[in-house]
Order: sequence, then structure tokens, then C-alpha cells
Amino acid sequence: MDLTLSPNEQAFRDELRDWLAENHPGEEPTGDEAGFEFRVGWQKRLHEAGYAGVSWPEEFGGRGATLIEQAIYGEEMARAKAPSTANLLGLVMGGPVVIAHGTEEQKQRYLEPILSAEEIWCQGFSEPGSGSDLASLKTRAVKSEGGWSVTGQKVWTTLAHVSKWCMLVARTDQDAPKHKGLTYFLMDMEQDAVQVRPLHQITGEAEFSELFIEDAYIADENVLGGVGNGWSVAITTLMHERAGLGATAAASVKIALGQLIELAKERGVADDPIVRQGIASLLIEAEALRLNAWRGLTAIMKTGIPGPEGSLPKLQWSAVNQGLTELAVTIQGEDGLAKDSEWTYRFLRARANSIEGGTTEILKNIIAERVLGLPKLR
Amino acid sequence: MNFDFTDDQQAIKRTAKDLLAQRFKPDVVRELAEAGRYEDSHFAELAELGWAGIFIGEEHGGQGLGTVELAILMEELGYSLAPVPFFSNAAAGLVLEHAGSDEQASRWLGGIASGEARGAAGLTSDGEAALVADADSAAVIVLCEHGGGTVYEASACEIEPVETIDATRRYARVRPSGDGEPLSSDPAPALDRIATALAAELTGICQRTMEMSVSYARDRKQFDRPIGAYQAVSHRCADMLRETESVRSTTLWAAWAAEAEPETLPLAAAMAKAGASDAGWNVTASALQVHGGIGFTWEHDLHFFLKRAKVDGALFGSAREHRERVAELSGLGPAAAAPS
Repeated sequence: MDLTLSPNEQAFRDELRDWLAENHPGEEPTGDEAGFEFRVGWQKRLHEAGYAGVSWPEEFGGRGATLIEQAIYGEEMARAKAPSTANLLGLVMGGPVVIAHGTEEQKQRYLEPILSAEEIWCQGFSEPGSGSDLASLKTRAVKSEGGWSVTGQKVWTTLAHVSKWCMLVARTDQDAPKHKGLTYFLMDMEQDAVQVRPLHQITGEAEFSELFIEDAYIADENVLGGVGNGWSVAITTLMHERAGLGATAAASVKIALGQLIELAKERGVADDPIVRQGIASLLIEAEALRLNAWRGLTAIMKTGIPGPEGSLPKLQWSAVNQGLTELAVTIQGEDGLAKDSEWTYRFLRARANSIEGGTTEILKNIIAERVLGLPKLR
Repeated sequence: MNFDFTDDQQAIKRTAKDLLAQRFKPDVVRELAEAGRYEDSHFAELAELGWAGIFIGEEHGGQGLGTVELAILMEELGYSLAPVPFFSNAAAGLVLEHAGSDEQASRWLGGIASGEARGAAGLTSDGEAALVADADSAAVIVLCEHGGGTVYEASACEIEPVETIDATRRYARVRPSGDGEPLSSDPAPALDRIATALAAELTGICQRTMEMSVSYARDRKQFDRPIGAYQAVSHRCADMLRETESVRSTTLWAAWAAEAEPETLPLAAAMAKAGASDAGWNVTASALQVHGGIGFTWEHDLHFFLKRAKVDGALFGSAREHRERVAELSGLGPAAAAPS
């Protein structure tokens, strides 16, 4: 056992830390458009330094980082409070899925503009009627001359209004069993047949959109991984780059807990035993999250098989983040409910944490069935 | 960054698991617990294998290994719920090893390592230690308080057996009645290791009762289905896994820090023991719920685990006390003085 970084890992971290110290672009400007342009600029700078697709193989313009290095990358970005990249979904899902399932032509065509943020990607998986039960989706693609005609509705699509490409899963065979009749497409968003409407969430902002798709055209060459293989391609997309996420999430809640401790002091409740016990519980859960994430990574690197602890970080992160934002709001009493306070936003936004990217209930089903071997209900 | 045990540590784990599974089959544990006694040959065998002195320096007849190895043994002892005076003896050994004078170490550690003159240790409050494991069979008793402690020959203590809910271990109330010798330094590093060892034992108890629950939930049918197919039950089992793996990770971290990064040990040990005390209860109580009525019967073994977990949770600092340490060590400052 050695829970310190190896010399190579330390060198990777130090190099990144030094680079961040010199290149951190500062606070993100307010306003959706200005914020987006800022993140595009930031991603270009990352890309020039080889820090855009850290997990991507070097031959595709990435850094070929190990799982541990990916986790270090996430941790350092969180520590430095670096802005998000403009093309987040392209980097964490789009690129890896093209690398895993794409043809040579697709790799040539799509990968570089993802890294440089020239082309932004979004994800068209969820539908109004298909959330956790994704394979029940109804958006249909019908064969047409040289391509496909797509009609349907997608929801919870981040960055849809600025995206060039949508990773779209649609039903291409109505008669096949539900997991078998799906195909994974790259849909051009720049066509009138795709209408984007902002979806306002409980925080009041519109971080996501709805897509209304009516007879949209997708060329044959934009099928990814073969007709009828959409489910397995989508699953690998969802698995990609989860590796660094646990460590990143742990680093970000640790920062938030530091802010919560400062808040407790400012508000004069740092010696309140209930507040102390509550913060300590969150600190312990956050540490367990960090350790489970790192332990999971080292298990995969050693054996190629994720250990049981690897299934936990997402679940733990959502609980800790919800708990700490709730406590921050509670500590502030009536002031905590002011509409424009920073904690109010985080407190409301955190409600989605146990839904987005796999609900806590679905994650528990996965743990019960795949890790513990309990029987399926279905 | 590497959580893996070394080959030697893996061998210790395997040997411990196999041996304890053979020696402490459920009917053996039950028989000893119902009689409220130990089998001398059991502990003698473990001591013979070098377990009792695993962390004690070679100059005192120990193995000269560390807290990770001790945690490996403790987890397996918890998993098997072995009724042996192992923990108490180790606790006394840890205090003498890390806070005893050279003379105290020379005098007592040999007997603790060989198992021939066992030790026991406890925390005092108002001049007595309310719950000391195996004090009635110890040759030396170490009583600690905040910042210090005293070493007593057993004959210098009044030892009053206490029956707790945990029948797999013997306990006593200890009051000094004669003279003792003060420790030579603050026992805090030893108390952190003791807390870590208990967290490891609780990890083993969680692992075992989670396995019992999963196995039962697969077999037991109601409404024509295995109960584990119902999410009310399967999500409970998923939560057991979350708590068990979290406590395992935190405990390994504390055990590793004890020797590799001592400045981290106080926080890591407090987190491990707080988390383990809670998880030990949550997982065993949840296991009982999964088992339903049969889990509430004396004839089922589950209650022995549940009771040991509850007592372990209280020994050497409860979850609440260790969370308070976490708060203090994490920048919230010292707690307000209690109103008098």
C-alpha cells in the first residue's frame, strides 16, 4: 500500500499545477454568451498545451494519460477552480465513442474539431417518456435515400443551441426487442428540422434544452458503430471517462466543505454541536468518496476489473453535495433563502445531482444486481 | 497511488481468513458466547502464529510489522467473530509500544507478544474505566485519559466483571486500588491505532453481515419471488455495500497513515472510527431487517454480530466523540466548553 503519488504521477501533477498557475484565465464572465466564449478560449488554450483530451490516445491528439493521471487532472482542475471546457460532452463522451466505434474517416473528420472546440457536441439520449429506462426511447429513424429521416423529441440536452453535432440514439427497427432496434447517429444540428427550445430548471436558468426533431436528415456515413448496435455503443459512451470523475467530484466537494466551514465561522455557529456533527459527517463521507474513487482506480489499473467500491462515488457525491448545500442554507437561516445568494443557487442545483447521470435508485439497482448478484425484479 | 496489499500482507489475510473460518465455525462461536468464556487453546494458537505481537518490535519478541497488518487481522477476527482476547491484548500492547517507557516496554511487551502475560487497556473517566475488555484475565492493565495514562499490574486494580449485550467478549469495570506507573508520553498515537483496529474489526463485521443478508435475500422467497428482487430490500443491501466499502477505505487509509504519514493519523483514525461505529450499527441493524423474523431469534447467529458491533462502536470513543475530533481537526476550532 502506498497512498502517495509515484514520482511519475507527481511529475504529471507538478507540471499541470505549474501550467495552471501561469495559464488560469481567471473568473468566468457573467452572461451565457460571454461565458461560453470564455470557455471556448480556455479550451483552445488547454488544447494547445495538450491538456484538452487527457484520456485520449496520443495518436488522436490526446495525452494518453493513465487512469490515475486522469484523476489527478480532475483533482487539480477542481483545486485550481479552473473553468469548465466549452465542449465538455465532446471531450468526455463524443471523442472516446468515435475512437472506440468510429471508422477511419469518422476519426479523421470529427476528433480534431472536438479538441479545438471548433465544433461543439451535445447528447440526445433522454426523452420525455424515457429517462432511466433509456432503451424504451421512441425517436425513430426511417431509411431514406443515402441516409435516414429522424423524427422525435429529446430532453435534457446541454449546449444544444451552440452545438454542431448531436450524439443521437434513435429506433431504427420497430419490430426488434427494445435494446436491439436502436442505432447511434451523429446528427447535424444545423438544419431547420431540429428545433431547440430552452428548458428552464428550478434555479430559473436554462442550462438544458429540449430538441424537437421533425424529418431531420442524417447521412449513412453518420451512423456510429453500425445500424442496430445503438444500445451497446451508448453504454460504452456512458462508461467513458467515468474514471476521473470520482476524484474530481471528491476534490470539488472538499472545496465546498471548506467554504461551509468558513460560513459556519462567519455566522458564529462553529461551536454549535449540531453544526459540528453535521459538518464532520459530511467531511467523513467526502473522504470515503475520495478514497473509494482512488481505490477503484487502482483496482482497475491492477486487475482490469473494477472493484465493488468503484460503483459508489457518483451516489456518494450526490448525497454529500446535497447535504452540504442544505446545511449551508440552514446555517444562514432566513438569509439563506435570498434568491440571489450563491449558496441558494448551489442548494437548488444540487437537487439534480441524484437524478442526472443515473438516478440514485438506478445506481442502487446496478450495485444490487451486478456487484451483489441479487436477482433482477424484471 | 496504490491500495494493494503487498504479497506478505495478502498471505497474512489469506492465512487469517482460512484459519479463523476453520476454528470459529458458527456453532463454536455460539457455544463460547452462550457460556461466556474463551477456549485457551484458541488464543494460544494465534499467539503461536505471531499474531499477538504482530506490531510489536522484534526486540520484544514481536513481528515488527505495522498497523496495516494489525488491521488485516482485526478485519478477519471481526468477520469470524472470534471469541478470543486478541483486541484487548493488542490495545495494551499498542499503548506500551508507543507511549510506554523503555522499562515498561521491556517488562510487559514480551508477555503480550507471546500471549503468556496478556494486557488490557481502557479509557478512564472520573477515576475508573467503565468498560475494559478482558481485564479479568490480564496481567497488566493500561488506563488512559486525555494526554496521559498509567500502567497497573492487574493486582493493583479492582476488577468487576460487567455483562454487556456482547457475549462474545468479556468485559469489566476497572478501578485502580494500588499504585501504577505513568506512561512516558502522550498515548494519542496509540489510541489512534486502537481506534483504527476497532474500525477494522467493524469492517469485518459489516462484510460478514452484508454477505449473510445478500445470501438470505437471494434464497428467501415471499410473494413467489426472492425478496432480494424487491428494491426495498435490494437497495438496503446496496446501502450496506456503500457503508462497508467506505469504512474499509477509510480504515485502510488510517492504518497506512499510522506509519507512512503520521501527521494524517489523528484525522484519519477519527474518521475511520466515527464512520465504522455508525456503519457497524447501520449494517447489522439493516441485516436484521433483511432477515425479518428469523433474524430476531436467538437461534440465528446475526444477533452476536449486531451486539459486538454496538459495543465496538462505543469502545475507545463513540461516533459522536470521533466526529467532534474531526470537526476540531478540520478547522472548526475547539468545541465550546460544556455549560457547568
